[in-house]
Amino acid sequence: MKQQSIMKKLFLVVALGGLLALGACKKKAAPPPPPPPPASPAPTASISVNPTSIQAGQSASLTWQTSNATDVSIDGIGAVQPNGSQSVSPTSSTTYHLTAKGAGGTQEATAQLTVTPAPAPPPPPAPSVTDEDLFNQNIKDIYFDYDKSDVRADQRASIQADMTYLTQHANVNFTIEGHCDERGSTEYNLALGDQRASAVKNELTTAGISASRIKTISYGKEKPFCTESNEACWQQNRRGHFVYQK
Amino acid sequence: MDDSERSNPSRKSKQFQVFARTCVLFLSAFSIFISLATAQDWVKTGTSLGVEKVRLAVPDFKPATNDPQNTALLKTFNDTLWNDLDVSGVVELVSKSFYPLQVPGQPPEVTFPAWNAPPPNAAMLAFGNLGVASGKLTVQGWLYDVKNTQSPQVLGKQYADAASDAAARVMAHKFADEIIFRLGGGIQGIAESQIFFVSDRSGHKEIWGMDYDGSNQHQITHLGSISLSPRISPDGSRVAFSGLTKSGWEIQMYSLDLNRVVSFPHMGGTNLSPAWSGDGTKLAFSSSRGGDPEIYVSDASGGGLRRMTTAKGPDVSPVWNRKTNSQIAFVSGRTGLPQIYTMEADGTNQQRMTDQGYAVSPSWAPNGQFLTFAWVRKYGPGEPGSSDIYLMDIASKQWVQLTHDGGRNDFPSWSPDGRHIIFQSNRSGSLQLWSMLADGSKVQQLTFTGHNTQPNWSWK
Repeated sequence: MKQQSIMKKLFLVVALGGLLALGACKKKAAPPPPPPPPASPAPTASISVNPTSIQAGQSASLTWQTSNATDVSIDGIGAVQPNGSQSVSPTSSTTYHLTAKGAGGTQEATAQLTVTPAPAPPPPPAPSVTDEDLFNQNIKDIYFDYDKSDVRADQRASIQADMTYLTQHANVNFTIEGHCDERGSTEYNLALGDQRASAVKNELTTAGISASRIKTISYGKEKPFCTESNEACWQQNRRGHFVYQK
Repeated sequence: MDDSERSNPSRKSKQFQVFARTCVLFLSAFSIFISLATAQDWVKTGTSLGVEKVRLAVPDFKPATNDPQNTALLKTFNDTLWNDLDVSGVVELVSKSFYPLQVPGQPPEVTFPAWNAPPPNAAMLAFGNLGVASGKLTVQGWLYDVKNTQSPQVLGKQYADAASDAAARVMAHKFADEIIFRLGGGIQGIAESQIFFVSDRSGHKEIWGMDYDGSNQHQITHLGSISLSPRISPDGSRVAFSGLTKSGWEIQMYSLDLNRVVSFPHMGGTNLSPAWSGDGTKLAFSSSRGGDPEIYVSDASGGGLRRMTTAKGPDVSPVWNRKTNSQIAFVSGRTGLPQIYTMEADGTNQQRMTDQGYAVSPSWAPNGQFLTFAWVRKYGPGEPGSSDIYLMDIASKQWVQLTHDGGRNDFPSWSPDGRHIIFQSNRSGSLQLWSMLADGSKVQQLTFTGHNTQPNWSWK
């Protein structure tokens, strides 16, 4: 064992000596022969993005030029050709960082792309939100007491809201349907429903809505909203119901 | 049942029930029970109190030939004849279980003692025969006064037509009407009358028609909208009704001769509940063309429109006094809940007939003296009450309740003979048409499919 380790040390010493000898020899062989044009031109780089601001989901064109570079890369994209362009569609604002390495050094350039969040649902629904939808969202039906066709005090706020919307949307025409609950006679309820529709119409015309925009129809108890036999349901059915008119 | 006390609190007499089963002439006896009406609630009024109804035996008609069609046609004929006589209110039919084994099909086969003594103890005997030969149906029928053995024949009739179930039915109706005419004080029978009504069984509310006994139900309009309140013209040629059109509720006219809707002017507004005058020259209806639903009268073509009422509140459901054509009854909500009113046909002399509750759907009796209508008398919070059919004597404003069996009963309509009333009721669980005698007895369900409402009885 001892003999082996001694042999190893000996071998290392010899090998080390050999290497030193070789090195000395090479130095001697090539003194300063290849002094290449000591001033390798420095690389140049530029990058731009067009447009500079997009909405999420849209894309922009990224364009870059370099020269004197052998190794060009863009952070987040990777190695690229020295010159080129690429379409990008990031989901958030991004700084494109280009690094051009060449014999003459390293050059960096950046381009900033601002991404604004897409106006979330509006783009798709924008076409489907119709005047009719807005009408239905904003207009409030008017509810009545049993066998009555005068507008109750607690329905004033609804009338007022309807007035406001209808005044702001002067191009909207509509029908007021008079409805009744299931109790009582078919014929009498049709007459009562007619009075309810007229009562709502009168409130609106008195407040300045043009009568030419309004049609009325009575459905009596022919088209109930709710078909159970209890007061909650009956109240649902005693109403002046607004319908957008195309 | 406590209606009596509300009706006349001073008279604390317990209500008593009069089950008068005899009836010949409704009108003559009405004054008797009307005087009792204020003191009682459930009155099974006789249409003729104190008058014995004629005991009539009606053995099945016998086959006159050997044609294979006889069996089915005999069943139709016998069933129809029996039902017509049974619901007429004019006779008391002797139960078939009392009949002798040998029944007559021809006059020589009548053995008087077998009929005029107990057990049948009949006063009258209707009998005859039916036979098909070469596709032709012939019926012979007789009515015998079996107590008068010397000169028994009251009636002898023969009918012939192409053999069909419908023909057998018509012959039974005709023969029944002959018997009822002779035994019922000379008032024409109703066995050939028609009922017009609203049914949703096609998926839409359309106008339908049927025989008075519920047979032969058939769809008349095919408009696919909502058609309501059919009213047959006195001559039976047209049905006026209220239909939902593109321009709203308008009075529409259907010709039963042309089998189509014929033109009638659009009035504008909501137009409801047409009613024919008895001479067929005028229509009354409700219209909101001027803003408020009011009663208008026009001629039968829709021209000559005149407004009859001006009160605020819905005025609807007019009906003419068909006897005089000078009065109109209608419903008005001018004081709140709807009440029955009458007025002259020119709009003057408007009088309120009902004093409380919710009263709608008047129908004027053919004799001009009575109104029938639907009434929820005990109306208000905590007083649910049911809608029942009532009868009112117009001169005295005294009334009597005709239905007591629960459910919502509405739209009564008089038969042309004034003995029957058809109405709608949900007592069976769905809205169906029922008929009864004008005293509230002999209640019979006539429709069973879909929902059937607003019956209107033809004028003859």
